[in-house]
Amino acid sequence: MFSEATKKRFDEMVGRYPEGRSALIPILHEVQAEAGHLSPEAVEWVAAYLGLSRADVMSVASFYDMLELEPVGRHMIYVCQNLTCALLGAERLIRHLEQRLGIRMGETTPDGLISLKRMECLASCGTAPAIQVDGIYYERMTPEKLDDLLLKLRTGSLPDPRTLDTPA
Amino acid sequence: MVFEKVLTAYQEIPNYRGGMDDYLAAGGYQALPKALKEMQPAALVDEVKKSGLRGRGGAGFPTGMKWGFIPKGSPRPTYLVCNSDESEPGTFKDRMLIEEDPHQLVEGIVISSYAIGCHQAFIYCRGEFVHGARVLQRAIGEAYARGYLGANILGSGFSLELTVHRGAGAYICGEETGLLESLEGKRGQPRPKPPFPAVSGLYRSPTVVNNVETLCNVPHIVTRGAAWFAGIGPAKSAGPRLFSVSGHVNRPGNYELPMSVTLRELILEHGGGIPGGRRLKAVIPGGSSAPVLTGQHLDISMDFESLAAAGSMGGSGGVVVMDETTCMVRVGEIVARFYHHESCGQCTQCREGTAWLHKTLRRIEHGQGRKEDLDLLLDMCDNMKGKTICVLSDAAAMPIESYLKYFREEFELHIRERACPFAGQDAP
Repeated sequence: MFSEATKKRFDEMVGRYPEGRSALIPILHEVQAEAGHLSPEAVEWVAAYLGLSRADVMSVASFYDMLELEPVGRHMIYVCQNLTCALLGAERLIRHLEQRLGIRMGETTPDGLISLKRMECLASCGTAPAIQVDGIYYERMTPEKLDDLLLKLRTGSLPDPRTLDTPA
Repeated sequence: MVFEKVLTAYQEIPNYRGGMDDYLAAGGYQALPKALKEMQPAALVDEVKKSGLRGRGGAGFPTGMKWGFIPKGSPRPTYLVCNSDESEPGTFKDRMLIEEDPHQLVEGIVISSYAIGCHQAFIYCRGEFVHGARVLQRAIGEAYARGYLGANILGSGFSLELTVHRGAGAYICGEETGLLESLEGKRGQPRPKPPFPAVSGLYRSPTVVNNVETLCNVPHIVTRGAAWFAGIGPAKSAGPRLFSVSGHVNRPGNYELPMSVTLRELILEHGGGIPGGRRLKAVIPGGSSAPVLTGQHLDISMDFESLAAAGSMGGSGGVVVMDETTCMVRVGEIVARFYHHESCGQCTQCREGTAWLHKTLRRIEHGQGRKEDLDLLLDMCDNMKGKTICVLSDAAAMPIESYLKYFREEFELHIRERACPFAGQDAP
């Protein structure tokens, strides 16, 4: 299921820890980065690789917000819904994204490009409201900046957060 | 006495980017040889005890005392784990310390490891710190290349391996035993204590878990001495502290200050006051788990003791400012939703209590509250505190109790009017 090169990387990860099971979450991150989500086959494979039961791996994979058990879009947009972001407009951003993309939070666009997810505090309260796209922070967000971000995601890849247009 | 920044001093040097050369030029890695070559581990523990340094993650536990709990002559290895799972709503200072000056943390970890006899340390980063983990990885690579990590550091005979480990999104992994479970590759479910991590922590071995900011203080204590550190701020809350100020303020951001700073100075001078000349309504002084304070508390100082005396806590240093347009029922709904989502589910009082709090606050905010709901909320809170494996349940109950204590009429108004009176607010 995984290439020899990937397996070697997993071996190296296991080697970092006194007990190999510690590499489980780092390996699940890698699998997800490669395959988009953690399929039943991938979970089975990781379980066999680490000598764990499938149920044991699932107990971990289902516990953490960033691990996906169902297919998701090519880009994952996390929107912080916690207190400071909510005070400064998070729900407005959420409604704007849902309208623009025609999907609800927790869903993926039909073309498989973008998924939306509500997240708890991203440690970005000083620059709220904040979102994260594929691990990159976009801060002090506005509906206008969201539009520019969506345009750039559709036409290419992840823009540098500093280059988002903010029309006056 | 004029306060001089300590933890963020280097970041203010023009063009400082936090690489090895920058850190060395600013005076970094001078504490490390002093500690390794001139001080015995026990003397280091003593120095940190004398400095009065207390944990900056949330509990404010004395760091030197925590180190002192590591048993002598254990047959098992000792581990140091840096808690970089910064997830307490309102808190964003560890992220800055990591991204802007990673070597300060690395140096703190090496010295602290030496003090407790640890030869393998871990930095547990929250999963969302993708960039932070990369920054740390680069800094660690540079430190190995320079001989500040690895075998026989600076010819001292002391060796240390340091590994960055990323979690995958779970607030509960900031609780130290939840963190250790997660680092072992399991669900982040806190462990019953005792045994405490100092006796049986990571891989059932003696373990110290310290917060990022806590460890960043250590090199400065070594270089400038415990007496210097103890002289900053109030006697029982010594040293500099990073306050993350956010919400309805003109200049949100991290402010490094002595804990003698008052809430008023923090909001008005440092945070630049409240936008639009609006009035302050409420402020959370130490992350969302901390009970709320109001305008009557503006003159208290932001040290652990004063905040506890005012019925709140210093917590993580996350200061969330809310102006008069804020609906406190809505705030309660958001905070309860968070703890509901983050409860690991092991303990009934927390699993059921956080869900029930959330459900009840939601119905009050959305105009379906019942007259008996407020006493019901207080009853739930009472049953959630002090009854569970970890303090997440208490952390969910305490803020809700405080909102009811100071803003009960606002909750009653929601129930009476069968609607939220804050028109135009940002609600779903």
